[in-house]
Amino acid sequence: MFRDLFRFLIGRKKYWLLPVVFLLLVVGGLLVLAQGSVLAPFIYTLF
Amino acid sequence: MRILGISAFYHDSAAALVEDGRILAAAQEERFSRRKHDPGFPLHAIEYCLREAGIRLRSVDHTVFYEKPLPKFERLIETYLAFAPRGFESFRLSMPVWIKQKLFQRSLLMKQLRASDPAWNESLLFTEHHQSHAASAFFPSPFEKAAVLTMDGVGEWPTTSFAVGEGNRLEIKREIHFPHSLGLLYSAFTYYTGFKVNSGEYKLMGLAPYGEPVYAQTIRDHLIEVAPDGSFRLNLEYFNYCVGLTMTNERFDRLFGGPPRQPEQLLMQRHMDLAASIQTVLEEVVLRMTRSLAAETGLENLCLAGGVALNCVANGKILRDGKFKHLWIQPASGDAGGAVGAALAVHHQHLNEPRTVPRSGDAMRGAYLGPQFSDEEIAAELASLGANFDRLPPSQFLEAVVDDLADGNAVGWFQGRMEFGPRALGARSILGDARSPTLQRTLNLKVKFRESFRPFAPAVMRESVSDWFDLDAESPYMLLVANVREDRCIPMTEEAQKLFGIEKLNVPRSDIPAVTHVDYSARIQTVSADTNARFHALLKAFERRTGCPVLVNTSFNVRGEPIVCTPTDAYRCLMGTDIETLAIGNFIVRKEDQPGELKKQYHTGFALD
Repeated sequence: MFRDLFRFLIGRKKYWLLPVVFLLLVVGGLLVLAQGSVLAPFIYTLF
Repeated sequence: MRILGISAFYHDSAAALVEDGRILAAAQEERFSRRKHDPGFPLHAIEYCLREAGIRLRSVDHTVFYEKPLPKFERLIETYLAFAPRGFESFRLSMPVWIKQKLFQRSLLMKQLRASDPAWNESLLFTEHHQSHAASAFFPSPFEKAAVLTMDGVGEWPTTSFAVGEGNRLEIKREIHFPHSLGLLYSAFTYYTGFKVNSGEYKLMGLAPYGEPVYAQTIRDHLIEVAPDGSFRLNLEYFNYCVGLTMTNERFDRLFGGPPRQPEQLLMQRHMDLAASIQTVLEEVVLRMTRSLAAETGLENLCLAGGVALNCVANGKILRDGKFKHLWIQPASGDAGGAVGAALAVHHQHLNEPRTVPRSGDAMRGAYLGPQFSDEEIAAELASLGANFDRLPPSQFLEAVVDDLADGNAVGWFQGRMEFGPRALGARSILGDARSPTLQRTLNLKVKFRESFRPFAPAVMRESVSDWFDLDAESPYMLLVANVREDRCIPMTEEAQKLFGIEKLNVPRSDIPAVTHVDYSARIQTVSADTNARFHALLKAFERRTGCPVLVNTSFNVRGEPIVCTPTDAYRCLMGTDIETLAIGNFIVRKEDQPGELKKQYHTGFALD
């Protein structure tokens, strides 16, 4: 999966997003560890 | 060549099977799981599609998913960055969903499909969200060449796209990107007036005729900037959907003079005025777009899809505007229809297979693409439930149904293949006498258990539509609104005009009051013998008896319940509501003949939508 994501960003020439995505995934990963369930909020326009 | 299209993981999951360019079957998962707008992997819908074709998954050449998860993730990340740090709360809630589930959609799909058949060929493709919508609008349409407009909340980045389709080609010309979205603007008002986002939009549209567009100028001045060609930008200072968990913010509240209405709270004139105002602005923007497209392309055919294309009031205005001679709207315009579009996009665009335009009608074939049940299967299911029923010869059957309808009864009509898309079109419908002045209220409160302001739609024989309505065009999918003909209308007295919003509904306004909205409009379904012979024959028989070829047609369900799929679903709905008769296959099931112990409280089992 992460290989796909890497290829996708390279393909779109969005190199600047690579470190940002990495950082956000780390923060997101910590959030996953910090909470039990993954309930999508009731408004999911972004999701 | 067989292609399986899948739409899932957002709302209204669905599957569709296309064989050599012909749509064999399509169904929404909610009909099987009995969970409204079910967003899960559509396992039951896939199984049904394969069963209909008599094949297993291994015989499918390509499987295609209707959108691309990675560009969607990219949008999410860029949006959070653009608004950081304001969107942290939303980020905190969405990231775990993405990291645990959504980023792995490809793996999840592969796993589920392999589990369904270990011999599956693993050819999994992805189309773009708006490509799926555009393909669902153009490829099944009756046109060789057409302009295609898709408008919805949001897919990956696009919220609106304009394409030109010709033969088996479909080229997207322009797009408007998130966060500027007509669908989200309408959803913001849906949220603000206390209805559920992504499902209550049609209620807002139904509420609009009770109000006056007194806020339209405020919306134009503060919320949306529209260019002469219909392209637009939203003023994000008034919306919260980029950073928070609500659609609107305090600034929006201040602009419209109060906080959002809470669900089930009393509806006030202000809410009706807000509904009328956003409807007016939506129509203005859509009409600017379609006029500009007509001028730019010189084409006379227009195809529509995307959630905004379910706004049948706006669709009626596009048709009457006359800039396009012909209009075709995908009946499953929401995300469910993406399954059909994705499969057709692979067939025509990816594989370059030729497209044949149907000689009559369209390739959706009345949207009757779901499961059907033989008389033997129906009898076995009803018997297993302990039901009492009579089998009638076809000629007597229709007369018996007409008897019931003419007596003012609500009849559950369960015939042939189930509809694909949000509308009941005479396969899984509740029918009633459109001439009855009390039916609208009775059906809303005692049968459907839903808000009393909501109007019902008429089904009318295609050949009689212009005798009753200001329309002389096909509207087989109930996606066009037109007025009841003036000579059929009863003008409202001055006293009646003064009545408060919903009270106006109780004043008879035409010869067919049950389907006439307070502004004399009606959401029309034209029924032709080619696509639904039995429903057409029923309308004909009703006309012979009463002189009126119009019936109330509403979906066979209660509020919050998916439309019934099986004979068991239909019988349960009969026994839990004030429907008097179920006409299913060639069987008549009368409530009064049923064992009392089978009657039960029914509608409280479904969460309100």
